[in-house]
Amino acid sequence: MSLTNADVQKVARLARLAMTEAEIESARSQLSGIFDLIAEMQAVDTKGITPMSHAQDLSQRLREDKVTEADQRELFQSIAPQVEAGLYLVPQVIE
Amino acid sequence: MLNSSLQQLGSALRARKISSVELTQLYLDRITALNPALNAYVTTNTETSLAQSRAADVLLASGNAKPLTGIPIAQKDIFCAKGWRTTCGSKMLANFVAPYDAHVIEQFNNAGAVNLGKTNMDEFAMGSSNETSYFGVVKNPWDQNAVPGGSSGGAACAVAARLCAAATGTDTGGSIRQPAALCGISGIKPTYGTVSRYGMIAFASSLDQAGPMARSAEDLALLLNVMTGFDPRDSTSLQRDKEDYVRDLNKPLVGLRIGLPKEFFAVGLAQDVAGCVNAAIAEYKKLGATIVDISLPNSKLAVPVYYVLAPAEASSNLSRYDGVRYGYRAPEYSDLTEMYEKSRAQGFGEEVKRRIMIGTYVLSHGYYDAYYLQAQKIRRLIAQDFADAFKQCDVIMGPTSPSTAFNLGEKCDDPVQMYLSDIYTIAVNLAGLPGMSIPAGFGSNARPVGLQIIGNYFAEAQMLNVAYQYQQATDSHNRAPQNIGL
Repeated sequence: MSLTNADVQKVARLARLAMTEAEIESARSQLSGIFDLIAEMQAVDTKGITPMSHAQDLSQRLREDKVTEADQRELFQSIAPQVEAGLYLVPQVIE
Repeated sequence: MLNSSLQQLGSALRARKISSVELTQLYLDRITALNPALNAYVTTNTETSLAQSRAADVLLASGNAKPLTGIPIAQKDIFCAKGWRTTCGSKMLANFVAPYDAHVIEQFNNAGAVNLGKTNMDEFAMGSSNETSYFGVVKNPWDQNAVPGGSSGGAACAVAARLCAAATGTDTGGSIRQPAALCGISGIKPTYGTVSRYGMIAFASSLDQAGPMARSAEDLALLLNVMTGFDPRDSTSLQRDKEDYVRDLNKPLVGLRIGLPKEFFAVGLAQDVAGCVNAAIAEYKKLGATIVDISLPNSKLAVPVYYVLAPAEASSNLSRYDGVRYGYRAPEYSDLTEMYEKSRAQGFGEEVKRRIMIGTYVLSHGYYDAYYLQAQKIRRLIAQDFADAFKQCDVIMGPTSPSTAFNLGEKCDDPVQMYLSDIYTIAVNLAGLPGMSIPAGFGSNARPVGLQIIGNYFAEAQMLNVAYQYQQATDSHNRAPQNIGL
């Protein structure tokens, strides 16, 4: 399968990965090779097969809707890149 | 002491022939001496480890010790350990100090074991050679020109080089078994859901499973006794009674039916690996086992299916690394989107970005049915192949890896070749079955060969029995690399 640079650019945008022109070019050739490998599965007839999303066919366990975690905001924010007054700081998003 | 089993170490500790502080210091000194060359550990914390060993010595003196109390264990750097830097092999988490313990870490702490340090690994467990780690490659202690395998390469190296008594690993597509094979040690990936994933940094959640890595099947059984158990904080943790994995070690193997899948012995398997695996099978016949020829017709599709499903799950799991709450943030950006894009571009390595791109693509609009859904359907066919096979045999055997350890740098520029080195291990993860690798001699380049043993769901005790009986009759698991100061 041959991907175009525009395909790669679109995927990089969706994945929030900044890429230079040179990186896009190299990613395009490597991803094309990987998709050639993946293409082997297209020939398989899977009509009527139920998709297997998980190793165990279990339903999700539910728990009671009650608070089990203690407040550890200071501990958790001590490893954040930028905080102020208990808030995580990011560039302004609303004018 | 360095070649003692965990059982022997535990006895020596409980008999006060050696203290946990002495044992821990012995390993810390070896790490100081050998780690600069091998790079098996990313982080050690002498004070914390010694404090744990002092606490263990108190327990040992009081007579309240458990089997692993006081024994130094190396933890893969994918497990969050409170107060320990936990990097997952990535620049993204290079400064991340975990605020809590993973369930696996809690289990070892409750057992009184000592955390000796955090082992190197492929970045976010994505790799088969340990060459994608932000913290540099790990060397194979048998031959420092060779890779140790991956992603639990640091763990495998640390066990083989006697830089710990035993180690933990995780296995998404072979990351316990393949490095165990390449470094000549034993490792088991239990049935999916047996060990809690809580606090284990996520790669592909429907496949990720933790397990022990050690020098023998007997050691693995003791470690599994500690690591397993229900944990409500992992929604896929299985509610089962606690098992004693040591219980069946001594059962004779007379009448054991071993299935040999013809697909595992076809073109692509190196001659010297085939020779060792066949010799191991011959040994099993001597022990009373019978051989059944089986087929896993869809196993050839495991690699393509895996490289759709695992990246798809990874692209979702790794979307959390956005530079906001923890992890790397780029120094310069003009707006929020650029902050995300630059933080992720600078914080992730090449292989991780490649897999995020694959996953994003296969999940994107218009491609979902052709890739993700098709892969999930073939996943069921692969699991069904195993179910059919286990109607005819008790365990399945074959090579763990198609070749012995390859040279550092040999497959770096060709992701497809690298991916194919997991050709015999991946199907087991897709099915959720337990799989293990044990040493089975050495290839033509004197590098170790691994024998893979695959069991039915929850057959770990039986697999450990099968491995243990082989190790009672043979000695390749007792061999040690040269030049590790023994």
